[in-house]
Amino acid sequence: MTSPFEPLSIGVITFNVGLDLFPMLAATLAAVGCGVLGNFLVLRRLSLMGDAISHSVLPGLVIAFLIASTRSPLIMFAGASIAGIATVVLVELVKKLGRVEPGAAMGVVFSILFALGVLLIESAAVRHIDLDAECVLHGQLETLVWYGAPESVAELLKLSTLDAVPRQVTTLAVMATLSLAFIGVFFKELRIAAFDPDLATTQGFNATLMHFLLMIFVAAATVASFEAVGSILVIAMLVCPAATARLLTDRLAAQIGWSVAISLVCGIGGYLAATAVPAMFARDAVNAAGCISMVAGALLALAIIASPKHGVVTRFIRHKRFAQRIAVEDLLAALYRASEADIESVTPERLAAVLAGHSPSETIARAAREGLVSTHAGTIRLTASGHLAAMNIVRRHRLWEHYLVDEAGFAPDHVHSAAEQLEHVITNPPVGPDRDPHGRRIP
Amino acid sequence: MTVAYQRKPVLWDVDYDAPPNRLVAIVGPNGAGKSTLIKACLGLVPRASGQVEFWGQSYRNSRARVGYVPQRESVDWDFPVSALDVVCMGRYRRIGWFRPVTGTHKAAALACMDRVSMRDYAGRQISQLSGGQQQRVFLARALAQEADLYFMDEPFAGVDAATERAIVDVLRELKSAGKTVMVVHHDLQTVPEYFDDVILLNMRIVAAGPVRDVFTKDNLHKTYGGRLTLLSEASDAVARAAGEL
Repeated sequence: MTSPFEPLSIGVITFNVGLDLFPMLAATLAAVGCGVLGNFLVLRRLSLMGDAISHSVLPGLVIAFLIASTRSPLIMFAGASIAGIATVVLVELVKKLGRVEPGAAMGVVFSILFALGVLLIESAAVRHIDLDAECVLHGQLETLVWYGAPESVAELLKLSTLDAVPRQVTTLAVMATLSLAFIGVFFKELRIAAFDPDLATTQGFNATLMHFLLMIFVAAATVASFEAVGSILVIAMLVCPAATARLLTDRLAAQIGWSVAISLVCGIGGYLAATAVPAMFARDAVNAAGCISMVAGALLALAIIASPKHGVVTRFIRHKRFAQRIAVEDLLAALYRASEADIESVTPERLAAVLAGHSPSETIARAAREGLVSTHAGTIRLTASGHLAAMNIVRRHRLWEHYLVDEAGFAPDHVHSAAEQLEHVITNPPVGPDRDPHGRRIP
Repeated sequence: MTVAYQRKPVLWDVDYDAPPNRLVAIVGPNGAGKSTLIKACLGLVPRASGQVEFWGQSYRNSRARVGYVPQRESVDWDFPVSALDVVCMGRYRRIGWFRPVTGTHKAAALACMDRVSMRDYAGRQISQLSGGQQQRVFLARALAQEADLYFMDEPFAGVDAATERAIVDVLRELKSAGKTVMVVHHDLQTVPEYFDDVILLNMRIVAAGPVRDVFTKDNLHKTYGGRLTLLSEASDAVARAAGEL
């Protein structure tokens, strides 16, 4: 690709205003608009709806073209919008009349409508008409090149710049603004309609109406986006930022905020990854829409692995810490029981059996670090705080044993393993007598 | 009133006049149409025929005076909202379209959470609550509606003893405040203890009235016994006939 202008260099990233500004703006605006609407699709488990609408737009375009015989943007937009809304209605109909689950209804409707679009294009192509099914998939960002772009930042900020903004970018700016405004204004209503449609309806916020309003916005966002960025990006942005944001927070408002931030990162980051990164290695730019979708997917994968609340790593660490705490508690309890029986210390064999799978030396070292035990010449002793902690654990264990036998009707020789699990959970057993079912004192 | 799903009648000719200031249990076997009765009253499922009036007015004009507690399983408890957010939803009607939930409404919602001993859990994400706590959040949300007539769908289903007591306390509180509550209930043993009136329902009203008059062995046998199989078969026949038309 040859550049008509001098590229700006920011660090190692090269950014060419003429080549890159409008495509990047278009991609980012599409990403933000779809990303914010996606929150309610994901929450209502309707993620596939974006897929459905963006595919069924194709026959809408072709039919609009066949009727009006013009590619005027307004006609195309009208045809696509009607197709989008028809999809929503069709999905509801198939779901109700066909009695199938929503996923199946959406899958059936969009694949058939897309197939219809392909057939219509083929028959239209015979009549030498220029419509391309592939454009619908990955868009035409490269057509947004700005010939005669200004060379200085000061010139770029002039009002006259606005005249040069391509129609696609303006459309996407309007779409993104309206989508953000829609979510902002109807936040409360969308939330109740998504969480509890029946309550919403009884309170006068008709949930079906909210559903259709949302779907109209999704259809409009899809239609506004697909010409510039294609349907792959639309589908990815309707699902990925919202799903990623959901993993980062448990509050809807925060989730929406995160989804917008993630969409921005996807749009800008993905575009640069498609253009500037290959340029660094003297390669040609790759498809930006595809790259943005890849970034969105990568961020989702990252959140699944590393989210501080719901991530795989966090869960692993939490699980590991819990297991370590149980091992320490078991060690303390074993030492306490030994001291009850007037045994100086616990044998390594006994310890290995009590700790079941955990390394005795590591567990002892951990308990020593926490100041619960002290080691002298091979013997382990409970410290004062260790003694207190151990007493509590044994108390919980014996109280649970008492409860299980006296209240829950367990046989006395069957309660040890159950109490062994219960003693480690936070819930305190109900208070009981001072002797457990085996006649041992409850501290 | 008659209600039909997919042309299959599930409630036949229900005629009932709720007495004011009473706790009313709606009792009947699975598939008797208990939830459907409530939903039809609230306009959530279409009625095949008949009408429902609230204080002589249409439901549309009485929304603010009617509260609703849906079944706990009817919502997604993984939804990213706090317990307080859910209770605040009971105030949305009062707040109106577009306006945000203000501090006044949050304070009112917190006071309602206090009445079911859930104030300490206001900031919790709802999936972190136990089943009983979730049910109490729903109850607090109903209280936040400040209605005069309540419909509750199985509030006692799968709750712990503490929650059951809390619900009963709230029901009595509502009654002493002059309200009427209609509760879909599945535990026959507690009907005489908790409720004043009872509706015995099995696709039609078998009997309705004060518990001591209506809650008889004979009526229960009619409701749960096999005598209504004919009506159930008739429903299926109607559905089949409608399908062939």
